[in-house]
Amino acid sequence: MDAGLIYVGIGLAVLGVGLGIGRIGGSAMDAIARQPEAAGKIQGAMLIAAGLIEGAGLIAIIFGAFVK
Amino acid sequence: MYKKHTFAEIFKVRPIMRLSTLKFFFFVSLLCFNPVLSAQESTTSSPTEEKEFNAVEMIMHHISDSNEWHLWTSTDENGEEHHVSIPLPIIVWKDGSFHFFSSKKIHGHTHEGFTLNHGALVSTEGLEKAGIADLFTGLDGKFVDLSITKNVAGIFISIAFLLLIFVSASKIYSKNNGVPKGIAGFVEPVILFIRDEVALPNIGAKKTPVFLPLLLTIFFFIWINNLLGLVPFFPGGANVTGNIAVTMVLALITLVVVNINGNKNYWGHIFKPPGVPAWLLPIMIPVEFLGILTKPFALMMRLFANITAGHIMILSLISLVFMFKSIAIAPASVALALFVSVLELLVAALQAYIFTVLTALFIGMAVQEEHH
Repeated sequence: MDAGLIYVGIGLAVLGVGLGIGRIGGSAMDAIARQPEAAGKIQGAMLIAAGLIEGAGLIAIIFGAFVK
Repeated sequence: MYKKHTFAEIFKVRPIMRLSTLKFFFFVSLLCFNPVLSAQESTTSSPTEEKEFNAVEMIMHHISDSNEWHLWTSTDENGEEHHVSIPLPIIVWKDGSFHFFSSKKIHGHTHEGFTLNHGALVSTEGLEKAGIADLFTGLDGKFVDLSITKNVAGIFISIAFLLLIFVSASKIYSKNNGVPKGIAGFVEPVILFIRDEVALPNIGAKKTPVFLPLLLTIFFFIWINNLLGLVPFFPGGANVTGNIAVTMVLALITLVVVNINGNKNYWGHIFKPPGVPAWLLPIMIPVEFLGILTKPFALMMRLFANITAGHIMILSLISLVFMFKSIAIAPASVALALFVSVLELLVAALQAYIFTVLTALFIGMAVQEEHH
């Protein structure tokens, strides 16, 4: 039972990451639609925020996969 | 207003040796990794049966550290496998004396009381490997493993690359009267980006010259190691930043620099967070105190997890071909692996940038003046 729960946990972490980065992407799209000249800066900020959120999610995944 | 020094003024190179000598040593040192001179071949037994492909074992072998640098494996007509690898030196401290020998000597044999057990150095005399805590509790019955492993050799290789690139860039400035040509033209926009977008906004004009070399070193060191980890053949493929010990040291550097340079403001914010009512202080102070440790911890885990996960993804996609035992999977597998590899190029630069930005942010919090 415990071994299977780890995979459920990893799946939940990925779910969280997906939702979070999806929201960032959506807001970035809206912002670029409002102001196409700022597309470069918005894209930069989006990538940085995505990297930070993905970091948090990957920490959970690595804990799940490697810590017995 | 930040006084814009010329680039050459900030990054003066003090002559230790001339650049041509440095390049000569660099290429000669790569020769010592020459498999023709120093590689050993080892053959595995049971030439008639094919070993079942174990994806997990293959991936773990590629990700973890090792005492030899495995270059390639060839199978001859008898079905025997020949592993060609560069044996790296073993340096062990045992019972008050150092032992140096090549890992060739313990590959399948025992030498001076040590042997390799599944790639890990073990003592045949019952000694345990000492950890950091044993520095304080005593080193009896333990040996200290200081070997040059694959990751250590990988770090030396990226140091060599960094020296080559940046010493060349400095020389170009002095030779061309401040005009960047060649590699300096490639490196200058990146360095100016780090100075103007990362260091100056976070640390402020007064203290940036103090911390800018550290930030640049962290950024380029992590970037080059991430990129070299994606290259599947020598001198890449050592997976340095995917080793949690390496990222731990980088995070420790951030921890030490931030806390040594913390001024009264910084410690004031930790022990007396502004705008917090008195009854909340017993909770806030331990939280802030723990925050000193959790911030570098997150830095360490973020870099380690991103790089290791990327490598595992690429290796898993390639091993799909072997798991299905059919070439038909290959177009899809290679296309996906190519896509993930391009994504990993982005992640390599992005993770280096994020580490640097967060370090600059923490240093900025430590040295900022009162601003009410």
